[in-house]
Amino acid sequence: MAQIPLPRPYQDTEAYWSAAKEHRFVIQKCRDCGEHQFYPRGVCSHCLSSALDWVEASGSGTVYSFSVNYRAPHPGFAGKTPFVLAIVELAEGPRMMTNIVDCDPESVRIGMPVVVTFDDVTEEITLPKFRPA
Amino acid sequence: MDPRDLHRKVAIVGVAESDLGRVPNKSKFQLSAEASRAALEEAGLTKDDVDGVFTTIITEGGQFSSMLMAEYMGIRPRYTDSTSIGGSSFVAYVEHAAMAIATGLCDVALICHGSTNISDRGGRAGPVSGAASVFGPTQFEEPYGVSTVGSYALAAQRHMHEYGTTSEQLAEIAVATRKWASMNPKAMMRDPITIDDVLSSRMIASPLHLLDCCLVTDAGGAVVLTSMERARDLKKRPVAVLGTGEAHTHRMISQMPDLTETAAKISGRLAFERAGVSHADVDVAEIYDSFTITVLLTLESLGFCKKGEGGAFVSGQRTAPGGDFPMNTQGGALSYTHPGMFGIFTVIEAVRQLRGECGPRQVPGAEVALANGTGGVLSSTGTIILGRE
Repeated sequence: MAQIPLPRPYQDTEAYWSAAKEHRFVIQKCRDCGEHQFYPRGVCSHCLSSALDWVEASGSGTVYSFSVNYRAPHPGFAGKTPFVLAIVELAEGPRMMTNIVDCDPESVRIGMPVVVTFDDVTEEITLPKFRPA
Repeated sequence: MDPRDLHRKVAIVGVAESDLGRVPNKSKFQLSAEASRAALEEAGLTKDDVDGVFTTIITEGGQFSSMLMAEYMGIRPRYTDSTSIGGSSFVAYVEHAAMAIATGLCDVALICHGSTNISDRGGRAGPVSGAASVFGPTQFEEPYGVSTVGSYALAAQRHMHEYGTTSEQLAEIAVATRKWASMNPKAMMRDPITIDDVLSSRMIASPLHLLDCCLVTDAGGAVVLTSMERARDLKKRPVAVLGTGEAHTHRMISQMPDLTETAAKISGRLAFERAGVSHADVDVAEIYDSFTITVLLTLESLGFCKKGEGGAFVSGQRTAPGGDFPMNTQGGALSYTHPGMFGIFTVIEAVRQLRGECGPRQVPGAEVALANGTGGVLSSTGTIILGRE
């Protein structure tokens, strides 16, 4: 069976994926302007500083939008439909793409509180996902 | 030089499509070149007149697109542009070409596009599938099953949540667009549909149904521009570039600043300011309809109605033939053709409407037309306003 597309960690993202593997959810915070950002970058997208710290995120957020997907976008998703594609707004502010899991897809609503959960897809890669809080 | 100085300085003098629909025996390069040949012939020009080439190919074998296509057609330009911002690229190229022509950087600009999007599926290029491992920022989306339709669905869901927009209102767009397609012999889908047909079509990514989504076809298109001065000596009545704008706000849907507003808010404002016309002056609008929600967000972002009122705006078949807002008069990406990037076809139809060449689907007395392309996942927009000369 085909595998879903998996991230190939690189300079900007190695720390994020390493933490996820340990079931820790980290995001970046800028030492110069104090803003959080997601996704991980080599500079702050608010002020272009390189002084970025990794901080443990609360893992809490709300559903900003979602879509129940009935068609597999890639052979790796065959047999995994329907799934909930979602953008979650983290308590710290930034938004990220994820899946809402551990619930009936039809029960997902915008504004719904969610918390992070970890999907160990392979020995190397763990994907942070979200479930109803 | 002020952007408003471009007003009526540059003209579109040739437009053409290639074979459309399912064209398995021709490459995307050939479709692009044959559309270019036809557009140049229409203008009374040859490839040897072309000294500016504008194109992008985002699929296999298309790297270094402007070099590739110029070489393919035996053109050696002194102005080149492979700006790659998705389907809006070809609308943005009108702005780039106008600037290059007005400043003398080139004299005859060729914008071209070819794609074999339907024949590639399971065909020569093999099945469409992403890489096994994802490098770069999209690794924060692809593992979650993101797709183009899934991305636009996120925007539709949010718009419904904030403004009470309904699936029926989105379906109005698909139904009206099909009516226009029924009057275009080149349109792929010409049989009438109803709002119920849209709502009962298969759900692809909630809240978007199959009939909320554009077609997938093979197609090529081309647009030729030159100075208004030179245009007056060519075969076709010139169509003037009145004003243009371009903008982008993000690459990935999760990074879109506001899922209910596109960069057309910026590109549209710029185009209207530079054209010196108002919304009421626009006789016909060609709006990239990758999905029904794309149109609704674009109409709001361009300012044809207030934010949140797009659903009411398109209700009652307002954009259909006979309605008071003629839109996507060739049948759009929803019913006419959609080769992966549709932008160039919005320009082609706007030009034909202003020339009065559209037969049964002609908008009577069209003097001013607006074309708007959207690229990526509601990421980039190009807006142009054209006028009869």
